[in-house]
Amino acid sequence: MTTIQSTADETEQHPDLALVARARTGDVSAYDTLVRKYERQIFRIAQHITQNREDAEDVAQDSFLKAYEKLDQFQGNSKFYTWLVRISVNESLMRLRKRHTGRMVSIDEDMETEEGSVPRDLADWAPNPEQNYTQTELGEILEKTIKGLPPGFKVVFELRDVQGLSTEDTAEALGLSVPAVKSRLLRARLQLRDRLSRYFHKDQRNKLLKHSFKGRAASEDK
Amino acid sequence: MTCKEFLAQLDDLIDGSIPADTRAQLEEHLHHCEHCEVVFNTTRKTIQIYRSNELFDLPDNLRDRLHSAIMARCKKVS
Repeated sequence: MTTIQSTADETEQHPDLALVARARTGDVSAYDTLVRKYERQIFRIAQHITQNREDAEDVAQDSFLKAYEKLDQFQGNSKFYTWLVRISVNESLMRLRKRHTGRMVSIDEDMETEEGSVPRDLADWAPNPEQNYTQTELGEILEKTIKGLPPGFKVVFELRDVQGLSTEDTAEALGLSVPAVKSRLLRARLQLRDRLSRYFHKDQRNKLLKHSFKGRAASEDK
Repeated sequence: MTCKEFLAQLDDLIDGSIPADTRAQLEEHLHHCEHCEVVFNTTRKTIQIYRSNELFDLPDNLRDRLHSAIMARCKKVS
């Protein structure tokens, strides 16, 4: 059980815990440091789920406020950030439910679709295909590509691959099992890869798309 | 090794979380299977592109506004 032991040691030594302890005693500046450290990441998670900038800002505010009010309930046997992510994911889902009344959205809903389980587009990409686009164009492509994924896939990909959390921390933050995180991560990676292939093919198609990707991508996304 | 078996361990290969002998088997499959090689390389590239182009980044002015709003609400309840 070496892994569990080392995780516990890391948690004990994590600098966030000292800041949390100070914030609990009323030191607002300690909490300010934690907010500054994580506000961008929490905003991104909220934006992935709500797909709306205003909602994401509101969710980030509500999440940090709720965490502050509940600091006494933070056990310290998980990392502060994973606890915060869990709060912000719940806040994001609540915001979605308010916006889309009647449409229940869950991060752990069963998504047994065939899409993403088998790679479809097997054409190779150009070397460094992202260099064929301006930063703005690339940003639009990446946003458009990830937007169509289920919330549970997007957040797992964001936490594991973009923010670099471990599988175990991601599972804890999302209230999922480790196998569920692994399954979603594989599907998210393969779906994103398939979708990006539309733009990054080795052939000259990407040049055509570069000039008209907005219209084409919209129709291909259907 | 079949392509399906390779795919089942694709994430572990990308994340480097596999024993050396399994890695050798997967790499052996890659040598002979162009499709899996493309999937492996382009999936790795997908992750790298998303990692180096962070989406929804907050410009400094918006971040300052958000930060002030959060702290103002926290100070109210403390």
